Amino acid sequence: MPSFVIAEKCDGCKAQDKTACQYICPNDLMALNRDLMKAYNQEPDQCWECYNCVKICPTQAIEVRGYADFVPLGASVIPLRGTDAIMWTVKFRNGTLKRFKFPIRTTAEDSIDPYAGKPEADMSKIKQPGFFNYEARKE
Amino acid sequence: MEKETCTFSYCQKPEVVEVETDLLLIGGGMACCGAAYEAARWASANKLKITMVDKAATDRSGAVAMGLSAINTYIGENKIEDYVRYVRADLMGITREDLVFDLGRHVDDSVQMFEEWGLPIWKKGDDGFSLDGFQAKDAGKKSLREGGTPVRTGKWQIMINGESYKAIVAEAAKKALEVNRKETGVDQNLFERVFIVRLLKDANDPKRVAAAAGFSVRENKIYIFKAKAMINASGGAVNCFRPRSSKEGQGRAWYPVWNAGSGYALGMQAGAELTLMENRFVPARFKDGYGPVGAWFLFFKAKATNSLGEDYCANEEYLADARKKYGEKYVGKMGTAIRNHLMMKDMKAGKGPIIMRTDQAMDVINKTFVEKLGEKEAKKKIKHLEAEAWEDFLDMCIGQAGLWAAKDIDPSKSPSEIMPTEPYILGSHAGCAGFWCSGPGDIPGTPDHYSWGYNRMSTVPGLFMAGDVVGASGHKFSSGSHAEGRIAGKAAIAFILDNPDYKPAARRTADEIAAELYLPYEVFEKSKTYTTDPDVNPNYIKPGMLQARLQKIADEYFGGISTWYMTSKTMLDEGLRQLVVLKEDSAKLGAANLHELMRCWENYHRILSLEAHARHILYREESRYPGYYYRGDHDFIDDDNWKVFTCSTYDMKTGEFTMSKRDFVEIVK
Repeated sequence: MPSFVIAEKCDGCKAQDKTACQYICPNDLMALNRDLMKAYNQEPDQCWECYNCVKICPTQAIEVRGYADFVPLGASVIPLRGTDAIMWTVKFRNGTLKRFKFPIRTTAEDSIDPYAGKPEADMSKIKQPGFFNYEARKE
Repeated sequence: MEKETCTFSYCQKPEVVEVETDLLLIGGGMACCGAAYEAARWASANKLKITMVDKAATDRSGAVAMGLSAINTYIGENKIEDYVRYVRADLMGITREDLVFDLGRHVDDSVQMFEEWGLPIWKKGDDGFSLDGFQAKDAGKKSLREGGTPVRTGKWQIMINGESYKAIVAEAAKKALEVNRKETGVDQNLFERVFIVRLLKDANDPKRVAAAAGFSVRENKIYIFKAKAMINASGGAVNCFRPRSSKEGQGRAWYPVWNAGSGYALGMQAGAELTLMENRFVPARFKDGYGPVGAWFLFFKAKATNSLGEDYCANEEYLADARKKYGEKYVGKMGTAIRNHLMMKDMKAGKGPIIMRTDQAMDVINKTFVEKLGEKEAKKKIKHLEAEAWEDFLDMCIGQAGLWAAKDIDPSKSPSEIMPTEPYILGSHAGCAGFWCSGPGDIPGTPDHYSWGYNRMSTVPGLFMAGDVVGASGHKFSSGSHAEGRIAGKAAIAFILDNPDYKPAARRTADEIAAELYLPYEVFEKSKTYTTDPDVNPNYIKPGMLQARLQKIADEYFGGISTWYMTSKTMLDEGLRQLVVLKEDSAKLGAANLHELMRCWENYHRILSLEAHARHILYREESRYPGYYYRGDHDFIDDDNWKVFTCSTYDMKTGEFTMSKRDFVEIVK
């Protein structure tokens, strides 16, 4: 189900040094047409449909169209990802709409303090089981 | 055929950047994020440098990039020994029980960390129903570390709200790397969008690897990372076999389509010993969308039947035949492979499509809820349950939700088709193909050949493995891969501290490496104007076409979907002949841009992974994994001769494999 870019909505992330979709795509699919200043999916048959480009796009210019070799036309699945929850709108071919909201994280983005409240590593234990903060279970 | 060389006569010569570090992490998925987090803490006292190199953006790289709706390995109230027994049974008797036990005694801390970092984890409410991560927090439920009760789907699985699972885990890893960067005073220690192509042997010690070479997929730059130790956690191999989808849909691989076999290829080229590379996973999933079936089977208690409504797992005729060939010992345990086998029997008998009765499962739940709670309250709970069912897909396989919507399938009202996929080669999910690695050594009953000093170190000193590429230790999943990265990270720091005088020196010059990595560029640039269509040119092969050829060979000769996973010595021999020619042709890969250059090398990695897979299948003269593949000439399980680890090493210079067996030892009775 490859992602596609709505021409009218995409501004090529012109305020940034690279587009958000190019930055995030795990499979390096999103490219920028510099003449048009519009992004596009350069290899739709390698799209896993992970929706990371859809979720990150600042102008909501990216959606997904079902893999044409087996998905009938007429449905859509559209996310709106906030800071702590994500909303999904699922539109069926027959027009039925379903909406869902799910939590995504319980802490603020960028708030992780990785070693806060955790012990230092005890170098005398580096060859024993366990992590720097955790004794391995025994049973 | 004339050999091509790169002299940069046609393509632009890239800038070469050399980076010196102590510990290099190759990959950016769950395992490398775990390695970064743990290693940075142990590196602190001696100011050792850690560098991570990821071919994508770490926030959304690796197998968890989309998200997950469950964590499949959390030991919690269970016994670690039972975890070992479960993994052993599902992998048909042969696993490295020391590695599995070791994972089991560590994994819970990673899961508890995820929750502390912000991952919402479902908890059991006072009324016995589930609360999502937010509701649980609002209700003041205890965290897992405090002894909170997660919502179990199966014995080992817990439910999460995992849309941002990877982003959360990546944030902690990136922050840990930043702590290390400040402590060591380097400019940069996380390199995103750099694709590692190969490991380089040490100039002074032929056993060791001194460096990893790769290129930026964003700018004309080659990177050479010199390191005292490395952790290779760059994933399994997807789309080596022709997929069931014929066009666009081949991107909808069950496992991440960007897992290109790099993890196997990098270690093989360094001479690390492989084990159980014949193993593969053929998941039975919702047809085409490949949506997960775990929650439906385990949580909603849905049943799968053939189209006549019969339970294929209870077909006495099939069972009798399976017992005869594979033994009651294996058939009785009804592991994933055996269930697949029985399903395929029905499909081959024309009793398909196989149907997951999601509608009937919801009917039963509905009735139970109404009896327990009355109409009104039941309706509310059912609505919550429906959202839970959809979240399962929207978290980790959005395409399945889209496919259902497009087919007007509401799973609570209509059933859905399930289907065995094309084969996947991996070692962290329900498969165990990977490298022969040292275990921890302290577990009673561990034989000598299981341990040589540093946990998760391969047979190449200083080269550690984690995640998909650790062999004979499956069913780790996301949490286990993170924990294994941490185990390897800690051990790699110990290795570096024990070898303080080692100075990595790559055997080849920067110019030689640049010429090798950019060869597909040079080949393309040299000949691209010879024809009017650059995609059809006799002087090179584009990466997409090479992949199609690879998939066709794999499918037709090595037991893909077109032969119902059937192969034999004669088929393997012929397929391997063709694969060797393909490997030769890979020297003529042509890349028009950096994106294609990555595809060229990814597909070279796929070739090596697939060749190892086929050579192992050829070597093991039995059908250890019915339902995943069959040796038609040895369609039985032969414990007397083959309850062993098959192992191999690859010689990069000659292209030859050396095969051997290692003894299996049962540690947990």
